This record gives sequence, C-alpha cells and structure tokens, in this order.
Amino acid sequence: MKVNVKVWRQENKDAQGRFETYEVVNLIPEMSFLEMLDTLNEQLLKRGERPVEFDSDCREGICGTCGLVIDGMAHGPKRACTTCELRMRNFNDGSTITVEPFRAQGFPVLRDLVVDRSAFDRIISAGGYVSVNSGSAPDANAIPIPKDIAERAMDSAACIGCGACVAACPNASASLFVGAKITQFSLLPQGQAERHKRAVRMIETMDNEGFGNCSNHAECEAACPKNISIDNIARMRREYMKGSLKAV
Amino acid sequence: MSVISIWNSTIGKKVVMAITGIGLMLFLVVHLAGNLLLFVPDEGQAFNQYGAALKSMGPFLYVIRGGLLAFFLFHIFAAIQVYTSKKRARSGRYAVETSKGGPSKMTVASKSMIVTGAVLLIFVPLHIYMFGMNKGAPPPMVMIDGNEIKDIYSMVATSFNQLGIVVFYVATMLFLGFHLRHGFWSALQSLGAMSPRWTPAIYTAGFVFAFLLAGGFVVLPVYFYFFIDAPVASAGGAL
Ligand code: HEM
Ligand code: SF4
Ligand code: FES
Repeated sequence: MKVNVKVWRQENKDAQGRFETYEVVNLIPEMSFLEMLDTLNEQLLKRGERPVEFDSDCREGICGTCGLVIDGMAHGPKRACTTCELRMRNFNDGSTITVEPFRAQGFPVLRDLVVDRSAFDRIISAGGYVSVNSGSAPDANAIPIPKDIAERAMDSAACIGCGACVAACPNASASLFVGAKITQFSLLPQGQAERHKRAVRMIETMDNEGFGNCSNHAECEAACPKNISIDNIARMRREYMKGSLKAV
Repeated sequence: MSVISIWNSTIGKKVVMAITGIGLMLFLVVHLAGNLLLFVPDEGQAFNQYGAALKSMGPFLYVIRGGLLAFFLFHIFAAIQVYTSKKRARSGRYAVETSKGGPSKMTVASKSMIVTGAVLLIFVPLHIYMFGMNKGAPPPMVMIDGNEIKDIYSMVATSFNQLGIVVFYVATMLFLGFHLRHGFWSALQSLGAMSPRWTPAIYTAGFVFAFLLAGGFVVLPVYFYFFIDAPVASAGGAL
C-alpha cells in the first residue's frame, strides 16, 4: 500500500510553516499511523533530508503524547482512538492524507508536528491534585463510594491529557480537559477538601493560558480518544459558580 | 472573588450569555403569544385591546423595557468577547477542518451564532422603529368601547401587505430560528444544567422550540400578505 502525505513543515517556533507532499511506499494496512510516519522518515533520511518531527511515547493510547490533525480531524477519522492506535487500513490505498499539528495559541508549534503542551501542566499545577495529608493508604473498603459515582469519576479520570479537545474545538477551548480533571476530583471524597478552590484556580489558569471560551459545539467529545463527555464541562461550570460565589 | 472577576472568567461570561439568552427567549415566547391575537377574525379588536392593556401597565412597562434592553446589551457584549477570545485562541488556520460526527453538535447554526446574532441586532431597532414608533408618524387610532386607542392592527396589516417587508421579516426569522436551534440547548449547557441522560432530549427540544418560535413569526407576515387586505382608511398608517 502507498499513500501521499501532505505534511506541515516548520523549522522552529518563529518560522513560517508550509505544506510538503511526500509519497510513502511499502506500507501494510496493519501499520499504525505513526509507523507510516516512521517509514516516511526512513525514506527522508536515506535521501539526506530532515525527517518530519512528531511526538510519541507509549504507542498504545495511554500517554497522550501523540496527537496530530489528520484530514482535519484530531487523532484522525476513527472515533475513540489515538493517533498511535490508528491503522493504515482506515485509509484508501493511494489517497492523499493531510497531516497538521494541533493549532492553538495555548499550544505553540515547536517544529513540524510537535507542539508545546506545557500549558496543560500549568493548569494541573494550579489545582489538579489533592494536597491534604491523607496518611497511609486506608483499606479500599474503608471509604465507601457508590459504584455509579466511582464509575463516573473513572470515566473522567480516563482523560490522557492529549489536547485533542483543544485541537478540535473551533474556539481552541480547553474546557473538556479541565472539566474532566475538575469532575474527577469533585466526585470523590478525597477531592472534597479543596473542591471549590481547585475549580476556581484551574479555570483562572486555563483562561490565562490563552484558550478560547466554550461555545458548546461538542466537537471535543467527538474527537476525544477516551470519549470524555461534555457533561464534564457542565459540571465544571457548576463547580466554578459554586466556588466563586462562595468567595464573593 | 469579585463579581468583576467572575464576569471576566470564561465560565462567568457564558453564564451571563445563557441567562440573558433565556430571558430574551422568554420575551419572544410572550411576544409571539400576544401576536397570535392577530389571527382572531375581528378586524383587530382583540389585538388592539391587548396593545392598550400593555400600555396601561404604565411605569411597569418601562421597567420591563429597561430590563430587556439591559439583557440585550449584556448578551451582545458577552457575545463579542466570546467571539474575540476565539479569534485570539487560534491564529493559524487548519488547511482541512472536518467534524468527527457522533456526539458533535457543531452545525451551521452553532458556527454562525455571531452572524445570526448580528442580523437580529440590525433587525430589532428597525422593528421598533416600524411598529413601536410607526416610522415617526402619528399612529392610526381606532374607537373601541368609546375609548380612542392606537390601531396597531392596521399598522401591522399595512406593513405586511408590502412584499419587501414580508420578505425581510421572513428572512430575519430564519436567522432567528438558526440562532435558537443552537441557543436553546447551549444556554442550558452553559448553566451546567445538563447530564448525559438529558442532553439528547434537550437538544431535540431545542430544534422543536426554534422551529415553532421562528415558524410562528414567519407565518404571521405571510398570512397577512396572502389573506388580509391592507386597511384602506389607514391615513397616516405605517408606510
Ligand atoms: C432575540 C434576541 C436573541 C435571543 C433570544 C438570543 C438567544 C441566545 C441564546 C439562548 C444563546 C445561548 C447562550 C449560551 O450559549 O449560553 C445565544 C448565544 C449567542 N448569541 Fe444570542 N440571542 C439573541 C440576540 C443576539 C444578538 C443581538 C447577538 C449579537 C451579536 C447574539 C449573539 C450570540 C452569540 C455570538 C451566541 C453564542 C455564544 C457562544 O458562542 O458561546 N445574540 N443567544
Ligand atoms: S479530554 Fe479527551 S481529548 Fe481532551 S485531553 Fe483529555 S483525553 Fe485528550
Ligand atoms: S503515543 Fe501514547 S497515546 Fe499515542
């Protein structure tokens, strides 16, 4: 199988980027999208050209490092799937695939397809943790949490921080990511102590990092590899209003 | 936290958008319900009496008008800020943009809120100038039960017998329909009133609401144009 990739090339943060189109041959449908890019880079290295830079780590959908906009969709055409898990069988033989970096003011492009997502780290530093001393680990059944609540918290905790929600949002809003983090803590007993302070501080940081406001397009939920629901955004708003009104 | 910093936050801004949007929607429901009196086949008596009743509310009417104006202005102010924050948040454009479908609610309606809103912004002052102030002319009067009251029915009938005005109204109401198709459910989501169980039902309800409300406002001018003749004795009438 072979494909043409029209890929974004950009020397550095300040350089003007442009698209280059390359033909990639000797592919098999079982290859992941990243293996296709690896194949492209082998071809480029053989020709003495600079390989296309992109991020990846686990290559099994858990670290959230990989993330590309493929044919206009964050993580490509398959739903509930990261770029590293996407297979070449999802594309037609001989087709042209457009590959771009995530585009958002909060995620500046560093080189080619690599973006700086440290804004997410700063949002987490603002409150995405439990800082009260909880002593040694209690017995698992010493803190009763109803099954449905535990399930909901787990659904939110499934967020891998990939940033596809920002990439897919027409407003480049980070609401789904921040909503998932705030929700996860707000549902569990361990998160109660700092519940409202956490929401206010994380949202203040989100706003200062230059992400857009949420217009409820829900495109983030469609792009999310972990199917995080926009219900998390509704919850985040409730948490923020409660927290901020308390402090007025 | 100060009220100012809540207003400056993304969440606070959307809560203001939602509350003002819901307020404006409630107004439209009441406005349409009143306008349905235009269908009563009594040469406008019921509608004119309704107008006179509104007027007799006195100072209270001004409180409502002031509130509506404030809602309108806050809504627009927040809308402009949401829009500029979006422009700032993504300067480089994607070469290709495709929706992934599924749970996405990204539609023509959701992506053109600022455009459909701007059309409403142009429409509202024109509408008030035409019907509220009869284009600056003294309004036609009519005698009902020995009282002389404003003949707003004949103002409406005169205007809606002019093709240009009918087309303009119908077109604007289509924009209103699109605004509310996304706006109805978006407002509830902005207030955090959603849960996965209710979202599909409320999203569908938003379509029904937008269709009925915009549809109601579309039917009125069309009905007058085709079925009601312009009043002959509308000296000094609208237009
Ligand atoms: C009859 C008048 C109007 C009604 C009933 C109305 C209703 C609504 C509602 C219910 C919403 C959803 C609020 C939310 O997302 O939380 C909304 C959103 C919006 N409205 Fe209006 N609106 C009206 C006039 C206007 C005007 C004059 C503008 C001016 C430009 C405007 C611009 C917008 C924009 C841009 C949004 C989307 C906000 C976003 O992207 O988050 N609207 N409107
Ligand atoms: S919410 Fe989904 S799309 Fe957004 S960062 Fe988390 S896993 Fe990625
Ligand atoms: S490389 Fe870890 S999620 Fe794709």
